[in-house]
Amino acid sequence: MSKQMTGAEMVIQAFADQGVEHIFGYPGGAVLPIYDALFHQNHIEHILVRHEQAAVHSAEGYARSSGKVGVVLVTSGPGATNAVTGLTDALMDSIPIVCITGQVATHLIGNDAFQECDTVGITRPCTKHNYLVRDVNDLARVLHEAFYVAQNGRPGPVVVDIPKDVQFATGTYVGRENIQHKTYRPKLDAEAPQIAAAVEMLAGAKRPIFYTGGGVINSGPEASRILRELARLTGVPVTSTLMGLGAFPAANRQWLGMLGMHGTYEANMAMHGCDVMVCIGARFDDRITGRLDAFAPGSKKIHIDIDPSSINKNVKVDLPIIGDCTRVLADMLAAWKARDLSIDKAALDAWWTQIDRWRGRNCLAYRQSDEIIKPQYAIERLYNLTKDKDVYISTEVGQHQMWAAQFFRFEEPNRWMTSGGLGTMGYGLPAAIGAQKAHPDALCIDIAGEASILMNMQEMSTAVQFDLPVKIFILNNKYMGMVRQWQELLHGARYSHSYSEALPDFVKLADAYGGVGIRCDKPSDLDAAIEEMIAIKRPVIFDCIVDQQENCFPMIPSGRAHNEMILGDMAVDLDEAITDEGKMLV
Amino acid sequence: MPNSSEPIERHTLSVLVDNEPGVLARVIGLFSGRGYNIDSLTVSEVSHEGHLSRITIVTTGTPMVIEQIKNQLDRLVPVHRVRDLTVEASALERELAMVKVRGVGEARGEALRLAEAFRARVIDATRESFVFEITGKSDKIDQFAWLMEPLGLVEVARTGVVAISRGPEAM
Repeated sequence: MSKQMTGAEMVIQAFADQGVEHIFGYPGGAVLPIYDALFHQNHIEHILVRHEQAAVHSAEGYARSSGKVGVVLVTSGPGATNAVTGLTDALMDSIPIVCITGQVATHLIGNDAFQECDTVGITRPCTKHNYLVRDVNDLARVLHEAFYVAQNGRPGPVVVDIPKDVQFATGTYVGRENIQHKTYRPKLDAEAPQIAAAVEMLAGAKRPIFYTGGGVINSGPEASRILRELARLTGVPVTSTLMGLGAFPAANRQWLGMLGMHGTYEANMAMHGCDVMVCIGARFDDRITGRLDAFAPGSKKIHIDIDPSSINKNVKVDLPIIGDCTRVLADMLAAWKARDLSIDKAALDAWWTQIDRWRGRNCLAYRQSDEIIKPQYAIERLYNLTKDKDVYISTEVGQHQMWAAQFFRFEEPNRWMTSGGLGTMGYGLPAAIGAQKAHPDALCIDIAGEASILMNMQEMSTAVQFDLPVKIFILNNKYMGMVRQWQELLHGARYSHSYSEALPDFVKLADAYGGVGIRCDKPSDLDAAIEEMIAIKRPVIFDCIVDQQENCFPMIPSGRAHNEMILGDMAVDLDEAITDEGKMLV
Repeated sequence: MPNSSEPIERHTLSVLVDNEPGVLARVIGLFSGRGYNIDSLTVSEVSHEGHLSRITIVTTGTPMVIEQIKNQLDRLVPVHRVRDLTVEASALERELAMVKVRGVGEARGEALRLAEAFRARVIDATRESFVFEITGKSDKIDQFAWLMEPLGLVEVARTGVVAISRGPEAM
């Protein structure tokens, strides 16, 4: 298909050809022609956000909950710079985003024109790729390439910067079927000898572990399905990063919980003690490995990743496998079956006995209270009262995020959206809005802290305007809790600027936005209040007043090894527990 | 950085890229953003019809960092190919320099004699100065410039290293 049309019309036509149904954006001078083209059609719905950062986070929530590409449309200058945090977030968490930015007319570029900035210069390090389109006849190709690059290989954000005169100019539109990227062809399949080596290594293990990550989610639901079958067939315990929660069901006996800095004792100890580690779509991030020279000593490591640059970046591995998780796992499963392999039963039984001993510490135990709501209890109740529903959870960043990861239990992929790599406060509400747009009838909850939520609070207006009944569940401890926790543990309890003074009345705030506010401060009222929240088919801010002093445990202090965890005081003692050195830190 | 006890190596990388706006900024930004070293960098279009440019980068790092650099370069969208000439072939490396020397009398004669020994050509001459053109490996140029210092060295302009593999194969 090739047809004459304006640049602005090409943008809309390319969206339609790419199957885009929803875009998140904010208009401005340099994108007015595109907004005008939007006005003349009705198959693409535009969700008007209240800040461009939130447009990207909403698109991320949309993408992560649906598996589609998230699409953003913002103006030049401040529109683009405001989007930078969202783009960086999407790059760090490998989320497919196409972000269209308006630019001043080509003859003004470089002249410090009104609302001009060097968008491609600014976004070069925070996108997977970006384009400045100077000729309208390149525009259709670039737009289709942008969608291709965003979702193929390791996904990521792509910016297309379009000067205003290019939007007005008329040129030739070509359909997506005519576009093939010149060079970008990510490798998806592993070679047979590597697959054979991997299954042989796994079969020879005595203390194996699967360490899975966001790559399993990004690869699509089929990857999760095959992972489950491979785990069942081999009997290997499974742990996951923050990004990978839901790929393996939390209810499964082989699930060890999340690993890493605030992961479970059993997951981290099993990582430390394993002899064969299969890392699937994860990247040995510093929050996962702790002290690198003490990371899983004596283990052989297989690393499956679609991005060759993830291999041997932080941790040297024995068997790298470059490929898409779905295909590599499918090949491994087939090879395992074809060779009729199994792991030595006695060894595996002994390994599980050891793991169950670690589990026996009950590392997530906390001191319950009748007077004050414990944040862990709030998440547990939220989980128990919503687990039979079609629920999507997003979070902000901090203690509440870690408690959500520890206490909310995910059975399916794409149900959990959190800012893992960048750790962006203000992520959760717009992400919930995006997820709600993709799943209008689902229950979309942003588990928030009272500090984080204020970073993108204005998106409450978006939720109200577009009838998106998201629920904001604030664990309100009047502190930037994770900052306070680190200050308590590492800076002599000098709480420098971490107390949330002058907080708004969240119930009144909800009302002011046209939503519903609920406050709860008693454990005995909590269930009824949560039920009330669920029943309301409008945006709700739930102000859950929790214990101000509670800390998030277990915890591997930074620079420590997996077997140097600090546990909460309710965890069961075990001789081999923390070293004296570890205790000194508390 | 892990394995900081590993030896630092010097590698010459050849990178074939689409000759499009911003491609050099992408490569340089990658090095500065991730804290890699650039000892030398040259870039020029090598195929006008194919819109291809060839970038030659000399970098230093531990083997793990060098591997990271290659993988990070390779995943940039406009990058076609990355070759480590230090590993894959005994590559030919050359650099061109122009060396300006000012002097009269004895020093002037000595400069000319040394230039001849180094096979440097005189490409500009005045009554009190020469500009020499010299081609060779980087250490040869270092040596020439060092010898010119007491003879009135004014300034040096160097291209940086270009490299190509031996034998009939392309990169």
